[in-house]
Amino acid sequence: MDSFHSTWAPLLYLVAGILFILALRGLSSPATSRKGNRNGMIGMGIAVATTLALLWNELDVTTWGLILGGVAIGGTIGAITARRIPMTAMPQLVAAFHSLVGLAAVLVAAAALYSPVQFSIMGTEGIKMASLIELGLGSAIGALTFTGSVIAFAKLNGNMSGAPIMLPARHILNILIAGGIIALLVVLIQTGGTAQWAFWGLTVLALILGITLIIPIGGADMPVVVSMLNSYSGWAAAALGFTLGNFALIITGALVGSSGAILSYIMCKGMNRSFISVILGGFGGDDAAAGGGGVQVDRPFKRGSAEDAAFIMKNASKVIIVPGYGMAVAQAQHALKEMCDKLKEEGVEIKYAIHPVAGRMPGHMNVLLAEAQVPYDEVFELEDINSDFRNSEVAFVIGANDVTNPAAKTDKTSPIYGMPVLDVENAGTVLFIKRSMGSGYAGIENELFFRDNTMMLLADAKKMVEDIVKNL
Amino acid sequence: MKRALLTLAAASFALPAFADAGGINSTVLLAALFAMACFVGYYVVWSVTPALHTPLMAVTNAISSVIIVGALVATATLGLTSDNWVSKILGTVAVILASVNIFGGFLVTQRMLAMYKKKGE
Repeated sequence: MDSFHSTWAPLLYLVAGILFILALRGLSSPATSRKGNRNGMIGMGIAVATTLALLWNELDVTTWGLILGGVAIGGTIGAITARRIPMTAMPQLVAAFHSLVGLAAVLVAAAALYSPVQFSIMGTEGIKMASLIELGLGSAIGALTFTGSVIAFAKLNGNMSGAPIMLPARHILNILIAGGIIALLVVLIQTGGTAQWAFWGLTVLALILGITLIIPIGGADMPVVVSMLNSYSGWAAAALGFTLGNFALIITGALVGSSGAILSYIMCKGMNRSFISVILGGFGGDDAAAGGGGVQVDRPFKRGSAEDAAFIMKNASKVIIVPGYGMAVAQAQHALKEMCDKLKEEGVEIKYAIHPVAGRMPGHMNVLLAEAQVPYDEVFELEDINSDFRNSEVAFVIGANDVTNPAAKTDKTSPIYGMPVLDVENAGTVLFIKRSMGSGYAGIENELFFRDNTMMLLADAKKMVEDIVKNL
Repeated sequence: MKRALLTLAAASFALPAFADAGGINSTVLLAALFAMACFVGYYVVWSVTPALHTPLMAVTNAISSVIIVGALVATATLGLTSDNWVSKILGTVAVILASVNIFGGFLVTQRMLAMYKKKGE
């Protein structure tokens, strides 16, 4: 082995890995984030160039054609998608990207099994045992990530109902499938990798497991699912990093794996639910239920018009906006920004309050507000703004519900008891934009709707905000 | 954070030295790197501001597509046995998938990050 193979290439992969760390590090503030992203791109360039240099003597015309063609096709699809995708569709895009990483991991693992010499994983008797474990696990986790992400994509994109689908005896079924995967992995190892059928068998079982694990999880729990699949795609990459003995891949796998795990944790904490209870599924319904199709309410509540809302906010000195998934569905972020600009001209101070699980993925609301050109220093996290509601004349809730429900603080029997909520009721007046008087995804009535200082604005979020703008 | 980075760098640079010195199993050395990187990941990700959690997911997607290095190795397989052809084809498909993610992931992250502006910026 020459010194490039033994010394320089590993060092270059290490540099790539460190650049990836710096890419994530940059995200600690919006100011440094763009530089971070460039570091990530440079890291990827170094990793690809190093690999091509290592393979230089094996690259004949056919291979160059396949590689350049593959990058051109994939790169074009990726670049066009990145340019055209609307920001409201970001959760499903991320789910789709996860599925591709998962599938790529399966394909690379299979290729290693078919050409062990090329991947330098041959031992004295067949393929090395450690390598077989790594590529078996890599393929299983990749396959699970693939189908799981496809289901998550379908639920987020509305190709599939967000409602949980409960299979009979699904826990036992899942355990049996997992047992089958392990059994086939053992067969694969014991045959020294000659039992390719065992590899494909465990991959197919993992594909099925991805489906049976994700279909019972409701649409509103998708922030956890998307984060979890993010984590899995990282672990799959790390497993193959071991097979390839590649520093960049191992570092990346560890980074992505921890990133997804931490995001899942933050999302679970934002809902006060355990990770296990989310994974076991069955919680929450369809988006349609969140809108509340024709639920009749016989309690008295105050209903306001756009004119009333405009009048109240114009005369306030401080207004806090609370956006939720409903704002994304109605695409109301641009109208909202216009309304806030008008209010600022009247001398009203505007702040935005974001609940950790508002929307369908971590940070979803922040991106939508950024897209509408809301400055990020007007946007605050729950713990930074919660004490501010009592100093505000108006809390303007647009498309959020459960994250404002005071029952989470007082009613021990409520399914959302203990979940951190935004204390909107402390504001002078609460303006609630909702399509109807239905309950939120958790199916819980919100006591706030019936309070004296609450005014319900029942309409489509975008239309209502536009009407308010006309009245300002 | 800085210390964690330094530890990782030190550990990785020390790897070949250890290997020469003690003849340590290379998988164990890779596992050491992996463990260090998990800790670095833990600290780095906690320092990410919640406002950028969506770009974080998009960029982790992009970087996990460094799996393209494996896809390239597979595509470069030579020799015309049928198993090698399977490898070559699987590798090519994986190159396409990973490229979608690399270009899509970095570009969509760039597009999102360009939207985050300060007051008056």
